[in-house]
Amino acid sequence: MAAALLHGVGSTTPLSSVNYNNSRRSLPGYVVHERKRASFLIQCYGSLLPGSKIGINRAAKLSTNAVTTKQDNVTASTTSKPGHELLLFEALREGLEEEMERDPRVCVMGEDVGHYGGSYKVTKGLADKYGDLRVLDTPIAENSFTGMGIGAAMTGLRPIVEGMNMGFLLLAFNQISNNCGMLHYTSGGQFEIPIVIRGPGGVGRQLGAEHSQRLESYFQSIPGIQMVACSTPYNAKGLMKAAIRSDNPVILFEHVLLYNLKERVPDEEYVLNLEEAEMVRMGEHVTILTYSRMRYHVMQAAKTLVNKGYDPEVIDIRSLKPFDLHTIGNSVKKTHRVVIVEECMRTGGIGASLTASINEHFHDYLDAPIVCLSSQDVPTPYAGTLEDWTVVQPAQIVATVEQLCQ
Amino acid sequence: MACSATAKIIHNPLMLSSSRSAEKYESCCKISGPTSLLGSKFLGKKLLSAKSAISPASRRSGAVVAVSSDVVKEKKLKSSSSAASNLLITKEEGLVLYEDMYLGRAFEDMCAQMYYRGKMFGFVHLYNGQEAVSTGFIKLLKQEDCVVSTYRDHVHSLSKGVPARQVMSELFGKTTGCCRGQGGSMHMFSKEHNVLGGFAFIGEGIPVATGAAFTSKYKREVLKENCDEVTLAFFGDGTCNNGQFFECLNMASLWKLPIVFVVENNLWAIGMSHLRSTSDPQIWKKGPAFGMPGVHVDGMDVLKVREVAQEAIGRARRGEGPTLVECETYRFRGHSLADPDELRDPAEKAHYATRDPITALKKYLFENNLANEAELKAIDKKIDEIIEDSVEFADASPVPARNQLLENVFADPRGFGIGPDGKYRCEDPKFTEGTAQV
Repeated sequence: MAAALLHGVGSTTPLSSVNYNNSRRSLPGYVVHERKRASFLIQCYGSLLPGSKIGINRAAKLSTNAVTTKQDNVTASTTSKPGHELLLFEALREGLEEEMERDPRVCVMGEDVGHYGGSYKVTKGLADKYGDLRVLDTPIAENSFTGMGIGAAMTGLRPIVEGMNMGFLLLAFNQISNNCGMLHYTSGGQFEIPIVIRGPGGVGRQLGAEHSQRLESYFQSIPGIQMVACSTPYNAKGLMKAAIRSDNPVILFEHVLLYNLKERVPDEEYVLNLEEAEMVRMGEHVTILTYSRMRYHVMQAAKTLVNKGYDPEVIDIRSLKPFDLHTIGNSVKKTHRVVIVEECMRTGGIGASLTASINEHFHDYLDAPIVCLSSQDVPTPYAGTLEDWTVVQPAQIVATVEQLCQ
Repeated sequence: MACSATAKIIHNPLMLSSSRSAEKYESCCKISGPTSLLGSKFLGKKLLSAKSAISPASRRSGAVVAVSSDVVKEKKLKSSSSAASNLLITKEEGLVLYEDMYLGRAFEDMCAQMYYRGKMFGFVHLYNGQEAVSTGFIKLLKQEDCVVSTYRDHVHSLSKGVPARQVMSELFGKTTGCCRGQGGSMHMFSKEHNVLGGFAFIGEGIPVATGAAFTSKYKREVLKENCDEVTLAFFGDGTCNNGQFFECLNMASLWKLPIVFVVENNLWAIGMSHLRSTSDPQIWKKGPAFGMPGVHVDGMDVLKVREVAQEAIGRARRGEGPTLVECETYRFRGHSLADPDELRDPAEKAHYATRDPITALKKYLFENNLANEAELKAIDKKIDEIIEDSVEFADASPVPARNQLLENVFADPRGFGIGPDGKYRCEDPKFTEGTAQV
């Protein structure tokens, strides 16, 4: 699916990436190791529009404008190697392949993941390399093969279950809620479920209501699971690897329209932190919290806002459950104004939870009520114009920030 | 009667419209399945040819015949001289089976007592009457083999080797329970004995069992380990109308997973009769539809169950794929301790009470001089003491403390996230006390 995405901006972002070991914990005491903070700059020469002429120079020019970083902690630790360019689906595949190479217990199951290579090519070539059992083509039985993945995880494997579209996982809700989320607790900690459930979701290009669902809002109450959403090739690969290495069940949300994003990722191995948010652009006036595809609508709005003289701080929350209240909190304490831009529906979405959470923890620091921009509570219509109006558009974001910052 | 030489029809004289009524006796078996799948001489060649002996009339009336009756007949015919070699079990095996079934029965009876005394709460589903299925199958397993059950899982856990103390403590909700008191009656898990649950929703354990079988196959074929572990999935007649059942039959057969699907058909799903809810009540037939043998067996007879189980588990271990075994059985008590059990016909209950599997095994042991009264009484006494001890242990065990509340939600407690102060929530000292906000 072509990512007919907004022109993006090469983003130079300071990232704190943590390499953590999988230190096992034994109950009841557990070892907690400190997070190492290593911030370094990644030069991303990303082109979001295939075929566009955006190259290195533009990224460099733009670094003083819409996307910028305060150049304080610049360590050139990774600029020695050139990195390599990947599309987002390739980044996912690379992360997956590296983990499969590293641990023979990692396996994939889903519809058309094997011989077909995955509907979005995330598993292309893997079945040839690893065989039909390690990259398992399942029949169309989401509830059962998700349950099968859970049973396999309980007995020692580390499966990755792919939902061809996240919406199909509604059929697996029984297994995801009861077994994936709760079984570790209900068994008194005896069985671990190191499963990764991933797939594309979100509103695409006129895919109709059922293929345009945002399941993160439905899953968020399930205790015992973690949810992350990737938005760039860099964080897609890092989160994929982190999710596979995690002993918790993790649901990784990808977006149908982001698979063809291109970015340069490091050559050396890296794993991101599942619980941390990503600072996309530092600013002073307002905190804009977003994730997945809406990040790009926000960045587009940010360009306009910067030209109008505003200085928005943009955070890609990445971790949908649990929220990284530290990064978010620090931002709120600085700017005192929050706008949440998400693709979930208005009712009961991630934004709704985030609003509640910020109000609860940082109420004193807010100068204005939190504004949450979400999709309309409407089944996504097929017609293009209607579909555009169900999701949040950059113009809305600009208008909201302008009003908030008066 | 257990293991008599004559063919046995299971029938309830009062349920004339049921598939269990029979107009005539047929000494034929009801194994059907593509003969190519019955690689090993599953219950003898004679039985395959007997398929054609089923007359159309009896098919329509659905005469249901205990499958292994002919096995017994065959064995008896082989040599008339030494009777001992014709028996299906040795003395030790017989005593093991008896002890296991009596353990299950005594435990469940004690559960009922404890429930009415207010020591355990919620939904408790007892297994009285069905012991032959659990004992018949699970006593053939190794420790590494897996068992997946439903909410009626106390006896499956006991048969698999989970100590009675741990199960009773779990029922009382104490920390010494097998799941630290966090699971309860319907969620018995044991990593040590490979009991994979204990599930409250029917059908949701079957995919988990399929996954465990998949791991076994994966270990053998991808990791190149010497793995012949088998998984047993137990579930009831009501589950056989559920989608997960069919989906898993398909996948297990497709990939020849080492799993045995054991249907404990006790004719009732709470108050819904199997015959009222199922278009074709003969569940064993659903196996061949998916390419695996479907076997029907008298689930009140532990030796017949064991015979079938041996074959099915053997098939799975050899990598020949899954089997669907329908055990006709009956639960003597209501669906759960909260069920007044007013719907079932008292005559039906009385009929099955005469076919108590424990009484039947006892009789078999006596008739074949495998044990005497004193030995069995000694076993009874030993088990009664174990049960008493388990109750005392459970009573004396502590209830979970507050600090247990937040443990085990995540295998990696970093999953609770990063708090506003920059530290992981699980690093908060209040977390270990159980009073942190997460």
